[in-house]
Amino acid sequence: MPNMNPKKMPMPEQAPDVRNKNFEEVTLGYTPEMAIEEAQRCLNCKNKPCITGCPVQVKIPEFIALVAEGKFLEAAAKIKETSALPAVCGRVCPQETQCEMKCVRGIKGEPVAIGRLERFVADYAREHGEEKPVKPASNGHKCAIVGAGPAGLTCAGDLARMGYEVTVFEALHTAGGVLMYGIPEFRLPKAIVQKEIDTLKDLGVEFVLNFVVGRSETIDELFADGYEAIFVGSGAGLPSFLGVPGENANGVYSANEYLTRINLMKAYKEGSDTPIFHAHKVAVVGGGNVAMDAARCAKRMGAEEVYIVYRRSEKELPARLEEIHHAKEEGIIFKFLTAPLEVLSDENYNVTGMKCQQMELGEPDESGRRRPVPVPGSEFTLDLDCVIAAIGTSPNPLIRHTTPGLETNRKGCIIADDEHGITSKDGVFAGGDAVTGAATVILAMGAGKRAAAAMDEYIKNKQ
Amino acid sequence: MYQILKKQTLNANTKLMVIDAPHVARKAEPGQFIILRVSEDGERIPLTIADYNRETGAVTIIFQEVGATTMALGALNEGDCLHDFVGPLGKASEFDGMKKVAVVGGGLGCAIAYPQAKKLHEMGCEVDLIAGFRNKDIIILEDEMKAASTNLYIMTDDGSNGHKGFVTDKLKELIDAGNQYDAVIAIGPMIMMKFVSEVTRPYGIKTIVSMNTIMVDGTGMCGGCRLTVGGETKFACVDGPDFDGHLVDFDSAMRRGAMYKAQEKQAVERREDHCNLFKMEVK
Repeated sequence: MPNMNPKKMPMPEQAPDVRNKNFEEVTLGYTPEMAIEEAQRCLNCKNKPCITGCPVQVKIPEFIALVAEGKFLEAAAKIKETSALPAVCGRVCPQETQCEMKCVRGIKGEPVAIGRLERFVADYAREHGEEKPVKPASNGHKCAIVGAGPAGLTCAGDLARMGYEVTVFEALHTAGGVLMYGIPEFRLPKAIVQKEIDTLKDLGVEFVLNFVVGRSETIDELFADGYEAIFVGSGAGLPSFLGVPGENANGVYSANEYLTRINLMKAYKEGSDTPIFHAHKVAVVGGGNVAMDAARCAKRMGAEEVYIVYRRSEKELPARLEEIHHAKEEGIIFKFLTAPLEVLSDENYNVTGMKCQQMELGEPDESGRRRPVPVPGSEFTLDLDCVIAAIGTSPNPLIRHTTPGLETNRKGCIIADDEHGITSKDGVFAGGDAVTGAATVILAMGAGKRAAAAMDEYIKNKQ
Repeated sequence: MYQILKKQTLNANTKLMVIDAPHVARKAEPGQFIILRVSEDGERIPLTIADYNRETGAVTIIFQEVGATTMALGALNEGDCLHDFVGPLGKASEFDGMKKVAVVGGGLGCAIAYPQAKKLHEMGCEVDLIAGFRNKDIIILEDEMKAASTNLYIMTDDGSNGHKGFVTDKLKELIDAGNQYDAVIAIGPMIMMKFVSEVTRPYGIKTIVSMNTIMVDGTGMCGGCRLTVGGETKFACVDGPDFDGHLVDFDSAMRRGAMYKAQEKQAVERREDHCNLFKMEVK
């Protein structure tokens, strides 16, 4: 008999005024009892629309049925058949626009908490002696992956399971990409990401860190080293700045720098070798998940006032609903319909404020969203000592500049077909933010997965 | 892990290390740099590649002990390993078509100017190398610089080696004596590079400076190293580190360089406290 409660089982979380002073995970996850009860809300419907909403097609009703029976390890194995990083996706996917948006229970009430159940299962398996995967027998073919972010990790995992000898080349000293340097500890504990990466190592994936493809070696040199197919998952790591006067003053960060110092270099820890500016009044410019992460980090670093400065209205905020909600609870102040005009600084070049302008929404632009237009005479100044630019990133030019024959578009994104990740250069596949520009973790994973299948076909056809 | 193959003390607080890093040695060119982390919890710091050997896979770095990380690095010995060592990073210097140049190095900057001079010298270029130090006790790489230049002028601020004055004095003297330089390459503290650029500006001599900004990743993903060049924002780690000295906004770059001064001082104090505790335990 299914559980007909119209609401999701709530997930326990740290109280807002406690958690905004620490970097520990905000949400605490289901207990086994909660998971079983929530799992019983799934109707196991015939056409399974939830699966079509998942970029990596996790067998959702099947794993949830196993959870309802208390077979948690079996449920974990079921998810792992199609997803390389369930503990990550269960936490950071925007389920409200993916699997859960398609859930039949969402028509009259709240959808089944698929993300929370996925997370529970992955955490349970990690903590209760999940069996180590065994490296499959080698098929004798070598593949290279450029970039150890979600796209590259997924592609590597799938190729390794097919028997390929896979090497992942990563420029930073830690694998994981944005999962390690971008998304903060309080949303995605780094130990969990590391565990998922270790699972790939058990599958035989080799990681070469501190290796900048384009500088240490080029794509063509990797082919010369014997790699038969190469997947480029180098992301979109090049930050955009505000383009207003004063943006190079001391105290103006890109969100990438601010988050890298905190997450990757652990500058939030007392006595860290990597310094960070401890600001009192911070404005984060932007409205995406990165802006929410930067604002919530700034609060946890001790800032008294943290503003989100966004040029459209609340309705257009691109960040996940859950994270906007968390940010508000933690005391982040939202300044909607506000655009920066100038960063102000003192004679020592330190930030003292930001001149802003009020906006109103005009006609829709090419993206279909109503374009913000300045309200004349509405300028005002925010007193600040730190400004964080979270207005987007684009692909790093290094690979396109050093790879002849690899076509990119006007925005510097690699041109690759969506279905297979095939690029203009023979044997080179690409996916994730390097192709789409900044998007989501799960879309990058989906692209990595499809490219792995296409690389397998490409190598088999060559023989 | 990247093993220290050789360690040499050049002066009281300047050390040379040869590191086993074949991936870096294979592609390194003069003007490029590496980023290293001494230990698992360490910060990432940029250092210029002072020399490299493609056959043995060895890369030479020269550093001055100015803060917590360089002190920790200096405390390591031959056989010890660095946790991370990534490169080559940045653009290689462009020397095409140069026939006669003046290379100007200031203090530790001489360690970076040296490979540039060496490469130019090997290309058959006439190289006047002007090296500046506070006093004669801290002069480094004298023999190497001599071998890499047509004329070597070592200046000391206090005249303790017999040649008193700043590098800018010698440079102006050489220009006024009628030397026609295709370019002046200046490497050292920002204040020195700024003044060298001011010396050459009225003569219209192309001046290339190597910008030593604060860096984190060194691959273009954060913009911590950004500076203003000709009114535009550039990232020193990918667009440089070499830039046209006549276009760089040195004043703002210097103020950005001082951003973490207080925290840098605390880190040194923490390190010294730790060392003192350690000494007490040994007793």
